[in-house]
Amino acid sequence: MTELGDIIEECRNAVEDPDYPAVHEWLEANPDGKVLGHFQVYFPEEIAHAAGMLPIKTMGADSSVQIREADAHIAAFVCSILRSALEQALSGKLDFLSMYVTHPICDAARHVNGIWTRKFPDVSCQILYYPHNAASPHAATYLLNEYRRIAGLIEEITGRGITDEALRASIELFNENRRLLRELYEIRRNTPWLLSLVEGYVLTRAAGVMPRERHNELLREALPQIRERTNKPQDKIRLVFEGGFCEQPPIEMLSVLQDVAYIVDDDFLIGLRWILEDVPSDGNPMENLAVAYLEASSYSPVQRDPRKPKEHMLLERIRNSGAQAAIVGAAKMCEPGLEEQVAYDNALTEAGIPHLVMEFEEKTANFEQVRMEIETFAESLLFEFV
Amino acid sequence: MKEHRVAIRPPLERAGDTRGESRRLMDRWWTELDAAAEEDSLVANVFVMGSLAEILNTFDIPMSFPEIASLQTAVKGKAMDYLLAAEDAGYSPDICGYVKVDVGLHLTGRQHPLGRYPKPGMVVATNMCNTYIKWSEIWERQYECPVFVLDLPGWRGTGFAYDMGSETFKNDVKFVEGQLRELIALCEEVTGKTFDIDKLREILDNVNRMSELYRAILATNKHRPAPFNALTEGINYMGIANILRGREDGVRFMETALAELDERIDKGVGAVSPEQFRLLLVGTACYTNFRDFVGLFEQWNGVFVASEYMSYAGGGIDRGVHYDLSRPVESLAEQILITAQPSMSGIFFSHEWQANVVRDYAIDGIAYHGVKSCRTTSAGLPDAREWLMRNEDIPGLFIQSDLVDSRLWAEAQLKNRVDAFFEALQSRRVQVGA
Repeated sequence: MTELGDIIEECRNAVEDPDYPAVHEWLEANPDGKVLGHFQVYFPEEIAHAAGMLPIKTMGADSSVQIREADAHIAAFVCSILRSALEQALSGKLDFLSMYVTHPICDAARHVNGIWTRKFPDVSCQILYYPHNAASPHAATYLLNEYRRIAGLIEEITGRGITDEALRASIELFNENRRLLRELYEIRRNTPWLLSLVEGYVLTRAAGVMPRERHNELLREALPQIRERTNKPQDKIRLVFEGGFCEQPPIEMLSVLQDVAYIVDDDFLIGLRWILEDVPSDGNPMENLAVAYLEASSYSPVQRDPRKPKEHMLLERIRNSGAQAAIVGAAKMCEPGLEEQVAYDNALTEAGIPHLVMEFEEKTANFEQVRMEIETFAESLLFEFV
Repeated sequence: MKEHRVAIRPPLERAGDTRGESRRLMDRWWTELDAAAEEDSLVANVFVMGSLAEILNTFDIPMSFPEIASLQTAVKGKAMDYLLAAEDAGYSPDICGYVKVDVGLHLTGRQHPLGRYPKPGMVVATNMCNTYIKWSEIWERQYECPVFVLDLPGWRGTGFAYDMGSETFKNDVKFVEGQLRELIALCEEVTGKTFDIDKLREILDNVNRMSELYRAILATNKHRPAPFNALTEGINYMGIANILRGREDGVRFMETALAELDERIDKGVGAVSPEQFRLLLVGTACYTNFRDFVGLFEQWNGVFVASEYMSYAGGGIDRGVHYDLSRPVESLAEQILITAQPSMSGIFFSHEWQANVVRDYAIDGIAYHGVKSCRTTSAGLPDAREWLMRNEDIPGLFIQSDLVDSRLWAEAQLKNRVDAFFEALQSRRVQVGA
């Protein structure tokens, strides 16, 4: 059995090393293997996996990646994650990709595919349009056809047909991964003193940059060890963090948060946890994936679904996690995040839930200001709740 | 050294016809909006990229275009009041200025410089701009009005080309048609009227005619000298194409505009005289300093013979709309895709569209104007510029300011860059001549 400390270390290395070590390891073991990269927020990785590809998530990078070339290719007023993800590509760190899929999650991200097309003509660059008219009775059929289209391109790249049987097996694998992540979040909600925010975060994020088989192994071994910990609860405020659906705050900022409060739920990397239930593997597996995207999914500012008003969903997240308050974050220059922030702010104010509105950036290097803001907020809450 | 010469223009019988008519029609539009605000009657908020005017006009639902209204506050020098009101309410300085001007208008009693501003009774948005969706949700929360978002799957990669027989196209059409029928049902519910397919046919016919005229107007600028400035006059054509899409008076306006341009061509009158540089504008203008912006280029006798804005902001009207009146709804779905998809493609894979326009209009250089407010039109401009310079040897200038936020207008810096660009164009000419 691998020790918990070693598991966390492996995940942290996979997350923090901008050279994608787990991908290179996979490629060494699979010299003919193909890698599909996708930008935030969600991609049905099962489809790529079923064709034998390694799907990975490009999630930007913290200050370990210096922006040298990207700024010459994208306007200055876009968020950091777009610039750092592009920098990784321009500096050759993503040279292993055979296919790159983006989604029109925001107006800035819509340009990523055009830039990739121009800079990397040998990579199959595709846009996958998810429905915003999500309540339409036609949305699931449309999305199924869109998944089939992407599957066809993947088959061309791998030279391997995606059978229903292979897709079912991949769905089972990813179902297990989502189940394990749900368990991880259950620990954070029910016994947050057993798992720090940073530990929970790297254990989650690693899913996006390593083979899921390995990630499942690691989580299977990690979860019982976390539950066996004997840490004592501390007198900390319970908070929800909202605003991490795309660009990620740097890990040092999460350290500041965990020093001050228990973050009992969040939307960090929500794409990895987008599907909330097991996707059925019987019947038509591709259709099941499309239906699950629409009918059994989480929420984020970049998807419109009139059945899931985002501010109501946030209130539900706060209630379900037993949080006392919330931090409503938004990445700098993130249009959807900043617009949603106002709605969240208003809804929380109306519901009488204390909250802190803040902006963050993956490249933040000075955390004193953040610490002061969060400590002041937490102290004000301690007075309120004592 | 800059050369600024002015030629004597021959008299024109039709001079001012278009401008006068455009003013009259825009004033009438504002009178209608003002009356709707007064009576609190139904108005649909819609957007320039995919207004679905064809269906809304079938139900006689008046349309308000908040992008146009926001732009007009900037031209009138009033945008900052509304921007600050929105920022006071928590909206970030880093989001779309159009949204914030609109939010400010709604927060401060809906008094626009041109009239009272109605509240939306319904909203129709497309996914052609993501901010449309976020913007619609603001109204949805504020007024609890129905919001209909039409998904238009865009082109998924480079190399735009249609294959109406492809599975992807057929699937997209089915999806769009299904959604159009949902919108029709919503309009029936909101208005209490029954859908009149013959009325839709008439409207589609008007759009066909308007589109043909609009394309003819654009094509006049292939002439040298170009008869109109795609920025200053283009915005009028664009505005009317939006607010009167599908209406007979919109068609007549385009006829008036085309006749005036034909006369200019006949008499050899250009938008600038003498025409020294033919330019393409990619992005939008800065409306807080509209005249100053245009002046930066006109003082070098440069004319914008084409503008990306005149393409995408018409929801595809420049691409040639050919509705088949024998099957209106089906054809509407097909044509929306055929015309709107390349509009979107023209933004996100802009190098292809730009290279074509440069060839078709004999353009000397491209001015890329990135605006902080609009990432849809601006985020990828530096890369597109680099690609066109490297692969097509097309000179490009990249400058930045904003649509409606005068805090981002830095005239001295802009002027330096624009002047340097024209000096480079001049020196390039000398080299080519040598």
